[in-house]
Amino acid sequence: MFQEFAAFFITNYRLITIVILSIFLGIEVISRVPSVLHTPLMSGANAIHGVVIIGAIIVMGSAEPNDFVALILGFLAVVLGTLNVVGGFVVTDRMLEMFGKKKPKK
Amino acid sequence: MNELFQKVLAENSILLFCYLIGSITFILGLKMLSHPASARKGNLVAAAGMLIAILATIFLYRTENMSHLGNYAWIFGGLLVGGVIGTLAAKKVQMTAMPEMVSLFNGTGGACAMLISMVEFNKIMEHHPEEMHRGHLLIIVLGAVIGTVSFAGSMIAWGKLAGKIKDKTIPGAQIINFLLFAGIIGLSIALVAGFATTLPVFYAILTLAAIYGILFVMPIGGADMPVVISLLNSFTGVAAAFGGFLYDNPVMLTGGILVGSAGTILTILMCNAMNRSLKNVLLGSFGGAKPGAAGAAKEGGGTYKEISMNDTATLMAYASKVLIIPGYGLAVAQAQHTCHELEKVLEEKGVEVAYGIHPVAGRMPGHMNVLLAEADVLYEKLLEMEDANDQMSSTNVVLILGANDVVNPAAKDDPSSPIYGMPILEVEKAEHVIVNKRSMKPGYAGIENELFFRPKTSMLFGDAKKVLQELVTELKQM
Repeated sequence: MFQEFAAFFITNYRLITIVILSIFLGIEVISRVPSVLHTPLMSGANAIHGVVIIGAIIVMGSAEPNDFVALILGFLAVVLGTLNVVGGFVVTDRMLEMFGKKKPKK
Repeated sequence: MNELFQKVLAENSILLFCYLIGSITFILGLKMLSHPASARKGNLVAAAGMLIAILATIFLYRTENMSHLGNYAWIFGGLLVGGVIGTLAAKKVQMTAMPEMVSLFNGTGGACAMLISMVEFNKIMEHHPEEMHRGHLLIIVLGAVIGTVSFAGSMIAWGKLAGKIKDKTIPGAQIINFLLFAGIIGLSIALVAGFATTLPVFYAILTLAAIYGILFVMPIGGADMPVVISLLNSFTGVAAAFGGFLYDNPVMLTGGILVGSAGTILTILMCNAMNRSLKNVLLGSFGGAKPGAAGAAKEGGGTYKEISMNDTATLMAYASKVLIIPGYGLAVAQAQHTCHELEKVLEEKGVEVAYGIHPVAGRMPGHMNVLLAEADVLYEKLLEMEDANDQMSSTNVVLILGANDVVNPAAKDDPSSPIYGMPILEVEKAEHVIVNKRSMKPGYAGIENELFFRPKTSMLFGDAKKVLQELVTELKQM
């Protein structure tokens, strides 16, 4: 079993590096945000994790045409993922729209 | 064959390039979202990157046996249904209901991750259980568990914010949660290690994860929900990242992990603004200790004085500077438009009006700014806490609309108070303090506010919206 995990680590070494770097990047990018923007930022980040939709599309697209369990679960996943992406970005835009038009032209 | 190979190579490089664009836009988008001037553009940048990544996946992605994705009708059908419902829901929602909307969308993302893992696990069990890769299994299980917890938790958070689910303290909840957690880990190890790699075990894990998600959010008070949503938000990010591992997909990985870490930091920032530790919020101990502490403080409370509508109007009309401090009560009463009206009426009378915004006022940090912006209140009129405090001594009247804990002097001078150390708006430096509340009930911290009993303070009871309307009418007649 150890060998299996070792092999897994070696094959996924690059991905693991991306993960570590992304963690630090996420912290860096966010840590100087004014509290005014906390809500839109949370909402925007919420839309970004909707990227899980890509997994749903892959599941859906590679399902056998007669495998109805996979088709139905995949379809639900695509619908829910799209809700997350589209709803998330639209809600964030609505929030920020109101900030924008009221911004002082300094 | 060679031709096909070149085609695959070309398409694959375009696909990966699109994913690279997606990752970059997510980073840029988050970065831009954290500055007021570029925030809106940042959101659009991220959305554009997402669209590119989605389209590239649909048309360029190839499965293990080199064929393109199929079932286009299902895919586009799903995108259409989700897109239409998502747009309508996001456009229609009231600004005050924003937090529950975010929670709901977060839950759908979690559910999406959960469903993906379910299909992938089924696939393994049906097709080639003998060549299962342990690492692969581990990723599927982790993605499924985190996605499910996030989904179930978000649904409860949504229900609570929408007022459909009441706060409940379940006796022994911590022990039950611990047992559930141990159960999830134990079963997952058994499943991944190969002792019990079966469908029933997998679904048992998902069921436990769902119950855990529900019980985890259940005891947390409604006003702490933003912190919980932010935490669940980062959970969903991590679940998406596991999907990235599963499909060796860089954009899912970067997007998911970015949100995971940024969401965690945001959660901590929110907790800091409320001067509470995350542990404190999650254990719900604030809510638990509520009744006793409030009752004890009440006896020593003393007397408060009420002020009539007419007196309030007079006081404000003849002031030279009025500071409005909006809070949770204003958001609940949806009184932001009426509040703006009051501001206009006062300014016509030559009164200088500004808003003092505490970082955690409202239902979410920054929520007050969004609400007041919706009501066309000028951005310059919204003072951050430090600026508001600087101007406090030159202010004649402070009008507190449904805010409580953020103006509680105990945070400054009572070390035994649970909110001791939290930065507050120091309203007592002003000449008069008028507090609008629905009743004398304590705020969500569950502690008595001595401010209400101080000599400078007068109470104006009633629903924020109604009180403001009457106040506006009163002022117009003057």
